[in-house]
Amino acid sequence: MSGALNAGRRLLLKAGGALTLAFALPRLALAADAAAPTLPGSLKKQPLLDGWIRIGADGSITVLTGKVELGQGIKTAIIQLAAEELVVDPARIHLITADTARTADEGFTAGSHSMQDSGTAVRNAAAQVRVILLDLAATRLHAPVTSLGIRDGVVTGPGGAKVGYGELVRGQELHRTATETSVLRPPHHHFLMGRAFQRVDIPAKVTGGAAYVQDLRLPGMVHARVVRPPSSDALFASTDQNGAAAMPGVLTIVRDGRFIGVVAQREYQAVKAAAVLAAATRWTAGATPAAAELHRAVEQMPSEATTILERGTAGQPGRTFSARYRKPFQLHGSIGPSCAVAQLEGGKYTVWTHSQGVFPLRQALAELVGVDKESIHCIHVEGSGCYGHNGADDVAADAILLARALPGQPVRVQWMREDEHGFEPKGPPMASSVQATLDASGQIVDWAYAVWSPPHNSRPGTAGNLLAGTLLAAPFPVPPAVPIPQPEGGGDRNAIPLYVLPNARVVHHFIPVAPVRSSALRSLGAYHNVFAIESFMDELALQARADPVAFRLRHMQDARARDVMTLAARQFGWDAYRPQVGRGRGFAFARYKNLGAYAAVALEVEVARDTGWVRITRAVVAVDSGEIVSLDGIRNQIEGGVVQSCSWTLCEEGLFDAAGQLTTRDWAGYPILRFPQVPDTVHVHVIDRPGQPFLGTGEATQGPTCAALANAIFNATGARLRDLPFKPAKVIAATQLARRT
Amino acid sequence: MSQISLTINGRAHSVDTDPDTPLLYVLRDDLHLNGAKFGCGLGQCGACTVIVGGNAVLSCLIPVSTIGTRPVTTIEGLGTAARPGVVQQAFIDEQAAQCGYCIAGMIMRAEALLQHDPAPADDVIRSQMALNLCRCGTHMRILRAVRRASDKLKGRA
Repeated sequence: MSGALNAGRRLLLKAGGALTLAFALPRLALAADAAAPTLPGSLKKQPLLDGWIRIGADGSITVLTGKVELGQGIKTAIIQLAAEELVVDPARIHLITADTARTADEGFTAGSHSMQDSGTAVRNAAAQVRVILLDLAATRLHAPVTSLGIRDGVVTGPGGAKVGYGELVRGQELHRTATETSVLRPPHHHFLMGRAFQRVDIPAKVTGGAAYVQDLRLPGMVHARVVRPPSSDALFASTDQNGAAAMPGVLTIVRDGRFIGVVAQREYQAVKAAAVLAAATRWTAGATPAAAELHRAVEQMPSEATTILERGTAGQPGRTFSARYRKPFQLHGSIGPSCAVAQLEGGKYTVWTHSQGVFPLRQALAELVGVDKESIHCIHVEGSGCYGHNGADDVAADAILLARALPGQPVRVQWMREDEHGFEPKGPPMASSVQATLDASGQIVDWAYAVWSPPHNSRPGTAGNLLAGTLLAAPFPVPPAVPIPQPEGGGDRNAIPLYVLPNARVVHHFIPVAPVRSSALRSLGAYHNVFAIESFMDELALQARADPVAFRLRHMQDARARDVMTLAARQFGWDAYRPQVGRGRGFAFARYKNLGAYAAVALEVEVARDTGWVRITRAVVAVDSGEIVSLDGIRNQIEGGVVQSCSWTLCEEGLFDAAGQLTTRDWAGYPILRFPQVPDTVHVHVIDRPGQPFLGTGEATQGPTCAALANAIFNATGARLRDLPFKPAKVIAATQLARRT
Repeated sequence: MSQISLTINGRAHSVDTDPDTPLLYVLRDDLHLNGAKFGCGLGQCGACTVIVGGNAVLSCLIPVSTIGTRPVTTIEGLGTAARPGVVQQAFIDEQAAQCGYCIAGMIMRAEALLQHDPAPADDVIRSQMALNLCRCGTHMRILRAVRRASDKLKGRA
């Protein structure tokens, strides 16, 4: 790179302008009009190549994604993909994640879609940019494209001729639309994909670098806390603001209906003032105490039934078995309570947020504060891991309402622990019933499954999806919940077994209105449905006097499903397993959403009959996520999914009192797995599928781990647990019952 | 408000704050140290763990006025991204983070453990780390990282 160019860059930067971008700034507003349904991944939504990849005349490379880092490692995987297809050192890539002023609108970062949507878009865009650059180089070097090579962003031609990407694009205006097909680099040339490559965000996270929205410190920033009603329908009675208002550092108290916030100069001043204000505020208990009972009675709630599978003929002859399974409210339980910073300047808002969807959030915030959406700029900054729809959007609403009261000043709001546990949208309680018939040979000849569930999606949307929006004196209506349609499904996600079932019916009972707000928690209904189906497969295998793995395999035709099952069983040593007293093994399988990653889990537990303590002596996972980009990224997600699912399954249950208030509002009331109880070992075996589409990874093991635990506890104790979670008291009671019968 | 003297990461500091302010808020808001995190404010999760006078302490609970002359070490005192300390390097080598919000607290608890006992048994590591919560399920990697750091420190001893 020439000194003159660097000087030019510095001049431009000094002038406050953007770098000269040979690939022009995309007209984002036009992207939707230009939407192209046949393009790969999210290129459908943003077909302009420079919406994804920009090469500066100085050789700088900027990659843009509308997806966000949630701790799943997506930044690293996107950089790997772009660097691979552009053939550059990944350290040269500057990655920009979701920002309503800069990136494509890729909706929410959810549903294990990031690699399929954004990864696919970035990969194809980078490959197409590489081809454009090679064409330019061919002209420049007077050599056929086939004679050219690339080395770290420098195209080399015959006789040692060289030209860098920056030089190639200088003075060019390359505002090109993506094409349907790309020339991807062949797997045997890959230097980054599938290779060991360290996460780009970890060094800052282990050394105290500014890594999270919680770490933002803007000039003049002030701090706020909110005071919440005890339950969603508690009514405001009275408050005395004088005590809090007189406290040191308190700048303002905002009350609009049931929304109450206090802003102070310093953070702990806001914490103390909010506590005083909360103690001085009276509420009238709400009118719907049904939350306490909801967990036990989801089947009795008004629901809308949809038959999502009807195959063959019901009522086949044979031996018929049935069972019911149940899951309670569960929490996302982010370790860092939700946080946002908002600032109103010149009639425009800037919001720094860890929302999973900055564009939908902007829409909802615009409605909340009554401005057009162009007046709000939402910038994603990482937060604590969310595992779905936690308080991120709601705290952004709190921040914008409080920033409106203090124009010019950045207002930082962080929820307290009780706020996060108490008011995050919960993973809903679910129930299901299953009935199946085995013929004389032990094959399943009839299958009927029904699942009941409140909504798994209440994301914004609209201002009515924001907690603060429902608390204002003139509240925004909560939009009616709608089920997420098949094939992905919500409460019915993975309700249709992947097994060969010639006669089968599956019904989804969608409960549109529940007394407690519920929304997406990692894997949605798949956790419960896979728990039910894979537990029942074991119950049927027992009745058929078949080995549980062999029984599954003889009902499975999908070759990739069979591969992960076989691999997990082999790596676990399933066939050579020697039972020991107090120990048992369990197996389970699912293909997430029936269209994502394949995962099989085999694990062993040791159950202490006197204490009900379940120790996981080892867990083995086989997973197929399609073509591997980041091998360690997949392993990390799978290990984490196994441990988190063990926590949900063994420990977690959100409970409410008769007034509809969550009683499990901290880590003492809502314990999660701690180090002494995590598995002794977790081994992850990843099957690579070069050339196959990315299938996503993040949610693949939530369901199978749960069912494998249930199956292993049965194998160890004879107790079949169908009611989550498997807390020690329940394990003891079921084990004693099993011994008596 | 009152003037309080502290020794943080080997440097003397004087902060003007309310004496009941928990150390965590002083570290983050007055001294702009990002490492220690607010997780619960209840002493239940360990995200705020720092080392005070050689012991792992929950900085969300301990009032700043009670620190006195005891030296405080935060993760910023262990090393930098360019020159990470032994435990930090072990966490990088094991890629022991997902969202990473809990990790600074994990590293500080591990650091305190290894300062007292450079070669702890596996069950000791588990029981000593038990106070710190991780929600991403990175536990297996964290345990490997502590073991790796221990191996390195043993080699030096």
